[in-house]
Amino acid sequence: MAEKTTTRREFLLQVAQGTAVAATGAMLWLYMLRQEARAHPYALRPPGALPEPDFLAVCIKCGKCVNDCPYDTLKLAGAGGNLPIGTPYFTPRDIPCYLCPHIPCMKACPTGALSPALKNINDSRMGLAVIDIENCLSWRGLRCEICHRECPLKGKAITLETHPRPISKHAMFYPIVHSDACTGCGICEKACPTEEPAIRVFPHKMVQGKIGEHYRLGWTFDTEITQDFKPSGPPATGGAPAKPPKKAPGMDYLNEGGL
Amino acid sequence: MGLSRRDFLKTSIAASTAATVGLPISKQAEAAVKASEAGWQWDKAVCRFCGTGCGIMVATQDGQIVATKGDPDAPVNRGLNCIKGYFNGKIQSGKDRLTQPLMRMKDGKFDKKGQFVPVTWEQAFDEMERQFRKVYAEKGPSGIACLGSGQWTVQEGYAMNKLFKAGFRSNNIDPNARNCMASAVAAFYSVFGADEPAGNYDDIEYADSMILWGSNMAEMHPILWSRITNRRLGHKDCRVINITTFRNMSSDIADLEIIIKPNTDLAIQNYIAREIIARDAVNWDFVNKHCVFATGPYDIGYGMRPTDKYAFPAEKDTQAKELRVKLDKYEAIAQRRKEGEVVEQQNTADPARHWLISFDDFKRAVEPYTLDFVAELAKGDPDESLDSFKAKLRQLADHYIDPKRKVLSFWTMGFNQHQRGTWVNEQVYMNHLLLGKYAQPGNGAFSLTGQPSACGTAREVGTFSHRLPADRLVPNPKHRADVEKAWHLPAKTLNPKIGSFYAKILRDLEDGSVKWVWVQVNNPWQSHPNNNHWLKAAREMDNFIVVSDAYPTVSAKVADLILPAAMIFEKWGAYGNAERRTQHWRQQVDPPGEARADIWQVLEFSKRFKIKDFWGEQSVPGLKADGFPDGKLPSVLDEAVKLGYTPEASLYDVLFATPENKKYKWPDPIAKGHDNHVVRLLGDGWFPEKALWQEYVQFGRGKGKDLADFDVYHGDKVRGLKWPVVGGKEVPWRFNEQYDPYVKKGAGFEFYGDLFKAIPKGDLDKVTDPTPVSVAGKAKIFYRPYAAPAEQPDERYDLWLCTGRVLEHWHTGTMTRRVPELHRAVPAAVLWMHPEDARARGLKRNDLVWVESRRGKVQVRVETGGRNKMVRGYVYVPFFDEGVLINRVTLDTTCPISKESDFKKCAVKVYKA
Repeated sequence: MAEKTTTRREFLLQVAQGTAVAATGAMLWLYMLRQEARAHPYALRPPGALPEPDFLAVCIKCGKCVNDCPYDTLKLAGAGGNLPIGTPYFTPRDIPCYLCPHIPCMKACPTGALSPALKNINDSRMGLAVIDIENCLSWRGLRCEICHRECPLKGKAITLETHPRPISKHAMFYPIVHSDACTGCGICEKACPTEEPAIRVFPHKMVQGKIGEHYRLGWTFDTEITQDFKPSGPPATGGAPAKPPKKAPGMDYLNEGGL
Repeated sequence: MGLSRRDFLKTSIAASTAATVGLPISKQAEAAVKASEAGWQWDKAVCRFCGTGCGIMVATQDGQIVATKGDPDAPVNRGLNCIKGYFNGKIQSGKDRLTQPLMRMKDGKFDKKGQFVPVTWEQAFDEMERQFRKVYAEKGPSGIACLGSGQWTVQEGYAMNKLFKAGFRSNNIDPNARNCMASAVAAFYSVFGADEPAGNYDDIEYADSMILWGSNMAEMHPILWSRITNRRLGHKDCRVINITTFRNMSSDIADLEIIIKPNTDLAIQNYIAREIIARDAVNWDFVNKHCVFATGPYDIGYGMRPTDKYAFPAEKDTQAKELRVKLDKYEAIAQRRKEGEVVEQQNTADPARHWLISFDDFKRAVEPYTLDFVAELAKGDPDESLDSFKAKLRQLADHYIDPKRKVLSFWTMGFNQHQRGTWVNEQVYMNHLLLGKYAQPGNGAFSLTGQPSACGTAREVGTFSHRLPADRLVPNPKHRADVEKAWHLPAKTLNPKIGSFYAKILRDLEDGSVKWVWVQVNNPWQSHPNNNHWLKAAREMDNFIVVSDAYPTVSAKVADLILPAAMIFEKWGAYGNAERRTQHWRQQVDPPGEARADIWQVLEFSKRFKIKDFWGEQSVPGLKADGFPDGKLPSVLDEAVKLGYTPEASLYDVLFATPENKKYKWPDPIAKGHDNHVVRLLGDGWFPEKALWQEYVQFGRGKGKDLADFDVYHGDKVRGLKWPVVGGKEVPWRFNEQYDPYVKKGAGFEFYGDLFKAIPKGDLDKVTDPTPVSVAGKAKIFYRPYAAPAEQPDERYDLWLCTGRVLEHWHTGTMTRRVPELHRAVPAAVLWMHPEDARARGLKRNDLVWVESRRGKVQVRVETGGRNKMVRGYVYVPFFDEGVLINRVTLDTTCPISKESDFKKCAVKVYKA
């Protein structure tokens, strides 16, 4: 993410300049806010951020969270970038979130855009780490696994799976990310030793699929055969049909000519 | 494999996250999932699709299927499903689901040229009956027919079979399974005297070499393929060999890929036999004790019509091969004759007859199949060197012959849909028997079935035109007598004349000898080869076609009456899979609208007829059998009266709702509360699916085909049982004394099947002593020669065409194309072609082309990449897509013995549309 980043001071200055420019300034400001509020699925928000649409509605762009971040992780989006101006975000490869246990950014938030419902920083879900297995050194068999060792939730958010290596007697150690524990802090992305990181954090929506509601993985837990089955009533077939309907499914296809 | 359930859950969770992002189920998440499932009712069932027979669990709520899952307790799939199986819960809810009988009408009356109009069941059956009576009066039992299915439930197939054979006294009933595994059956009969495999899926975990002959298991049996792959990964010495006509997905795991020309599998197997003898590797102890050698005639035609009267002008040259064949160079060598010799095909009428030969004759017969000869003939990839191909054939022989290796051969449609399908099946046993590598864990030859109940319904019930339940045959007087006794029929009720096989029923419609046909659970007007003939016959001949289906298929479109059918989880049923495993399920939900189970349709239709309508004298042209007047079925009405029937008794009461069957009452505690819409509609208080099951099982008991009682299969702990079930125990490996109680003590092995076990003696060319010799208990090692395909590419039609399936779609797409996700994944059939072949024709990927044969043409888009890597000169078009009716193009040759169609080879040209 090549965001145009701005310090709080610069930001306030820009805003002041902006409002001073002309009578059209206020309208332009609104225009920009609206425009930019639409297209930006990529933002990694601070811990406890509400779901993106709610977050944008509630965040007043005050910058307090950015101010209170002890690691300078959080930045405010500037004008001309892909993110709505004034909203907080972070870029893990530059500075990840170090998961302060007391969550200062959230405490600084005056509106609840960073929700106080977040009690334990490990429950935050800023994003999800994703591994590019083609360029991950561990997936190629090198003994790296830095992400696994650096992960604040090592063994939960990132585990290692061992597999035999077909071309030698050396086992492979595959790092695997688990969405139920990964906070999206990005320490792994920061730490990844490849030239471009082979593990990166993305918003969940960008990367997570979903198994259809009509299917359950059979082996995850036991399912007993229902002993006293209750069929739904009343039955669809039963009574003698009076008259056939004029139309029925399939008719149009069946009556259209040609094959 | 001492993996505890807990470990298993742990590892499987890890495995599920092996991709970069996963979806593990923590305890918390599990609780949430369980909470969301409150109110769901679960039951065990079986997957609707292929012959693998995966167990699934089905959840319902408020009369709807809400979810399915792979059944972790099912030994076949251990909780896994393929992507079709994943959508079991959605197949019944397509938008165009048929919910009302539809009939062609004009001015309020049936009219063959009319439009489809919704009618009541009463109106539908009225017209169906009227048309039936008209045809029966004109043509008798030979004028009606049923095209059935290996996707019928066991009870449905049993009911229709009984209605046709006992009620209507017609053997014109044949399932689409004819086009699926009839060649496997014919060879099981001729070699062992009994149908179905000796082994089971557990062979995989014992095998060292697994050899695929014309079986793209990676796509067609995905769950078994994951088992094979696991064996390959986990057992250092395991090797997989893929013998195929083009590079398919099974090659991805294979250690050795052997690309061959169509039909040359016949020559390759003889090469292996020759090597076994040349390397002195015959297991003489096994062969002497348990085998004999045999052969049969070569001049058996190609299963086409004997006349060109109905052939399109362009196809007459191919059809002429039915009568005489000019031997090419390779056939001449392979059959020890002269190149260019014209051989009159004199054994088309009785192609299956065979006789004993000596080992010396056998050895002499395989002698021409040297490595040089076979390699030159069989090499299928023009871009491969002959030396490389020879090395592969040698390795293949090594795998079979190595005494330390357990060898498992698999095949599917590459063998079965083959102009010499029976021969090529017999040959695979030839090599396994010569080596004594059969009927032992890890040593076997396993015919994989395509359909979920090709074994259970089509074969075991005997819904073929020549079969009766449990390996009994129509022409056999003793077998007919068994069945007449069991069914309480007067002697000679059953018609001794074999009926029309599947392809012949369609030909009969074309020539007007069959004028009333009932199609259930299949789609012949999309799936049968050389389809332009049958489409025309359906619409232009004077006949009445009834199609029972859940969706408007191509066949429904050419029908006269469409009956809306209930789908799998909307009825009670049972399927039998490829490894002899029988699995039952209960009705989970009601069918929608007026859709009703096929079995109800059969029972309800039977109520309209009386035994006097059929059991008087009937004319059957061509009937010739001991004890029967020529061309006639005798009246059995007097005998019927002696048995206590009145001529006015309905077929329903005599065949189905018998006093014995009515003892199986509904409600039944085995239902555990599940409904049965068939019972409700019949309204007379009996439980047909259970009663007919119990009636049916008597046929196999004590005959090596023992099935358990209905309630046993419905036990909560049971996940199907492999027959024979003897003393409550399954038989994992048949014919092997260690596992099979039917084998005589001390015999070691015994091939106890009793069909075709008395045969004459002869030499390689003819019978020399017609006196039948008993070969009881033995298996036959057949010599069968190479025979060239009836149609081969030439200057005008310069490419081979093969058709088949893709993983995502089931057969003609009737169900899978209604699942939006599967349709989105693979929306249309394509023509796979080698990039060089495309370039040479000025074609690019995605170009629209015509693919044209002597018989017809269709438009399709070109694919030069993707899952199938064609060799030059060979194209593949799957048949699921009714927008690309590739069977307009294919050739309707069959194996002359099994009558199974060959979908795998014909000559086409491809040019820009």
